[in-house]
Amino acid sequence: MKIDTLAPERARQLAAEFGLKPDEYERVLAILGREPSLTELGIFSVMWSEHCSYKSSRVWLRELPTKAPWVIHGPGENAGVIDIGDGLAAVFKMESHNHPSFIEPYQGAATGVGGILRDVFTMGARPIANLNALRFGSPDAPRMKQVIDGVVRGIGGYGNCVGVPTVGGEVNFHPRYNGNPLVNAMTVGIAPRDRIFLSAAAGVGNPVVYVGSKTGRDGIHGATMASTEFSADSEEKRPTVQIGDPFAEKLLIEACMELMATDAIVAIQDMGAAGLTSSSVEMAGKGGVGIELDMERVPQREQGMSAYEMMLSESQERMLMVLRPGAEHIAERIFTKWELDFAVIGRLTETGHIVIRHNGVVEADIPLAPLESEAPLYRRPTAETPKQPVLDPASVADPVGLEAALTTLVACPDLCSRRWIWDQYDSMVGGQTAKRPGAADAAVVRIEDHRRALAMTTDTTPRYCLADPEEGGRQAVAEAWRNLTATGALPLAVTDNMNFGNPEKPEIMGQFAAAVRGMASACTALDFPVVSGNVSLYNETEGRGILPTPAIGGVGVLEDVTQAIGLALPAGTELVLIGDTQGWLGQSLWLREISGREEGAPPPVDLTAERRNGDFVRAQILSGAVRACHDCADGGLLVTVAEMAMASGIGATLLPSPADCPAHAFWFGEDQGRYVLAVADATALIAAAEAAGVPARRLGRSGGEGLVLPDGRSISVASLRAAHEATLPALMEG
Amino acid sequence: MQAGIVMFPGTNRERDMALALQRATGRKPAILWHRDTELPAGTDLVVLPGGFSYGDYLRCGAMAAQSPIMRAIHEFAGRGGHVLGVCNGFQMLAEAGLLPGALLRNASLRFLSMDCHMRVERTDTAYTGRFQRGQIFRSTMAHGDGNYFADEATLDRLEGEGLVALRYTTADGQVTEAANLNGSARNIAGILSPNLRVLGLMPHPENQVDPLIDGTDGLPLFESLAEALATA
Repeated sequence: MKIDTLAPERARQLAAEFGLKPDEYERVLAILGREPSLTELGIFSVMWSEHCSYKSSRVWLRELPTKAPWVIHGPGENAGVIDIGDGLAAVFKMESHNHPSFIEPYQGAATGVGGILRDVFTMGARPIANLNALRFGSPDAPRMKQVIDGVVRGIGGYGNCVGVPTVGGEVNFHPRYNGNPLVNAMTVGIAPRDRIFLSAAAGVGNPVVYVGSKTGRDGIHGATMASTEFSADSEEKRPTVQIGDPFAEKLLIEACMELMATDAIVAIQDMGAAGLTSSSVEMAGKGGVGIELDMERVPQREQGMSAYEMMLSESQERMLMVLRPGAEHIAERIFTKWELDFAVIGRLTETGHIVIRHNGVVEADIPLAPLESEAPLYRRPTAETPKQPVLDPASVADPVGLEAALTTLVACPDLCSRRWIWDQYDSMVGGQTAKRPGAADAAVVRIEDHRRALAMTTDTTPRYCLADPEEGGRQAVAEAWRNLTATGALPLAVTDNMNFGNPEKPEIMGQFAAAVRGMASACTALDFPVVSGNVSLYNETEGRGILPTPAIGGVGVLEDVTQAIGLALPAGTELVLIGDTQGWLGQSLWLREISGREEGAPPPVDLTAERRNGDFVRAQILSGAVRACHDCADGGLLVTVAEMAMASGIGATLLPSPADCPAHAFWFGEDQGRYVLAVADATALIAAAEAAGVPARRLGRSGGEGLVLPDGRSISVASLRAAHEATLPALMEG
Repeated sequence: MQAGIVMFPGTNRERDMALALQRATGRKPAILWHRDTELPAGTDLVVLPGGFSYGDYLRCGAMAAQSPIMRAIHEFAGRGGHVLGVCNGFQMLAEAGLLPGALLRNASLRFLSMDCHMRVERTDTAYTGRFQRGQIFRSTMAHGDGNYFADEATLDRLEGEGLVALRYTTADGQVTEAANLNGSARNIAGILSPNLRVLGLMPHPENQVDPLIDGTDGLPLFESLAEALATA
């Protein structure tokens, strides 16, 4: 068995081009005991890329709590799995497709959705909902309109076609994303809890089967591209972006579901980043077996593809499976029925090596154990983000008054209506969407043939994370927990998508480490473990990084979908604020949009109060006492009430703010752990809150067509709504 | 009533449709496969559900219209059978020549997923018997190509023969341009065949059948069918 190795100089030069550092390349030489072949070098470089190996982030991610009695599978599988009762499991994960979405917005976003869907259905779960978390640059930045339009069309184009409803998400705009927009996609699926499929290969001699679409030359070295900064030549990287085929994905979902109902599958994994390489290496590696593949058997879209190209291709809509011996015909019949490619391309061996043959010639022969155990792992230097001073609300004058500030805020890009976006996403397909985008703080999707429902949300506040990454990480988790709670759901677990700049810079690595610390504290205090996640580093262009953006996807459960409540304000109710208000203006949207200042420490999250307030609110919702609920987040209290009013068209009359707090700080401060509840009987609710040690304050009464402010001025809800709705269409269609 | 829902590669609202039919009839509909060459004996209603058959990579519905099962559906319709096409199913009926006209790209050139309101133009059909004449009901649309087009003569004939089943309106029943979200000719949301037995419409009343999810505005359509096609 002779391998065509590269000449030493050429190998070293290519290793550098493929992104391997000199000391990493030395490890390759030590493992192989010789120079690598081209295919081997390709395999090492993608498996050891930041994207696949998490080499800079792994040491920090270990600090996150990942266990709870309801966690079935935490991080390490294709997606996280939790027990949601009724014999069911929820399977979910969020994943970034940032770099491709900037280079080629439509396909980058579309394939992001496709990839995360596969991570979920590869575990045996039928996807029931998609969500996303998007960050765009300043709306007037060059090319940004085109990026926004392409990303939204791409997410819709893929999700609508596969027939999985896109039910929720979040969007922010900030100039720091001008050169690096973020596209994080999340999928939630449902499986019988005793029918979860895993990726560890088993059974020497068992057939290795390729199903799905054919392999082409697209996406070669996509994982490597995702592990470097952008520069002016990013346009040249367009060929590294994959092309999505949601139609093929839909067929693949149905075929996999059909096959998963049999006992043919031993192990299964989708071909995501680094395609055939990562799926075969990880499946065999996890199972402690060897694997050999014959590349001429791989279904190919183009002629003359080399083993190297096939192993590195990131063509979409493909899966790798290990089947029970003799089950090939069962799988072949199903995949042929769905008009998908099916090929036995190899088998498991006892060698512990991955061996790649092409037309009988050995192109790669790598021992799997050291490929994993010797993978680089860095504890990179970290620098703490300097703390910012707490802004004294008394030191910030109100230049415009409540009415003008509210009108400006509800129309600003970070708070304006997202209708223009969600109107392009099919949120209803499946017939189970009980709370659509805009209806509640979290989306609520019932599980077919059950009364049980899942609530889901994506959240983070990057400007808080920049000012104080630990507080920001804590707030991101708390806000996701709060949004689930505000529908009446019991929050169960999160998936995280860590988007940061270049980890080789100590201040960036410091942001990452601090954000993890903050997240871990909140996950622990709120019994809200991390069960899956994804890391995207090197989000920098021309040396300037994004805001640190640890996006959190939260999932909670409602035993009965009828218990879920929304945020639309009904008439004839009393409004009660739950939680304590100091008037925290530091890093608030009011401060940025009205005073033009981005400064101060962000609002701290008191996890004890967070838990107590949230548990109280949820219990009140489940008791039937609450007609509508909305958490206080971006924009503060007055924006919260306005959003409730705009959702229903019904106004409210507000009581004066307390004398010891400036009015603008009370109404626009972004103090954490707060909710606005619309109830029939405020006296009873406040008494219950006092008994539970939860701060509660009467805010006013709903009714009429205007929002009557404490200073007596009235704004019509219709005019607020017009301003709120106008921004995005004007930006995108204007 | 025995209903059969046809699955094409890329169909994605077959489950929604099955739930709606089951709710109205108490009976699970049969799921039919695009390669079948005949319909099950005793079929009262064939449904072409929503989705992206063949990815809509050619004109929407064009590939599906050439499927083996479409020949059987042509024969079934020719014998006076009831055929309901929703969204992609409406596009297939138009492509197959079972209904006149075509569904063009939405006037906005964007996929539209939103509530819409429709007026029921006649109630003497198997699909609309449980509605009141002129009743306005809410549904959701979710399509990129729902802009109904036909030449003026065809439109005049449809109107003259009373074959416009459903028209887009505002929530309070006004037939306005603003209510016509996808730009359809004369606000047409759904049309009937001359024998009133084939109905194509773009919105998804099958998503408004459950009080726990999004209300029951769409349920009368399925209850109408259950009543009209009830077998003794």
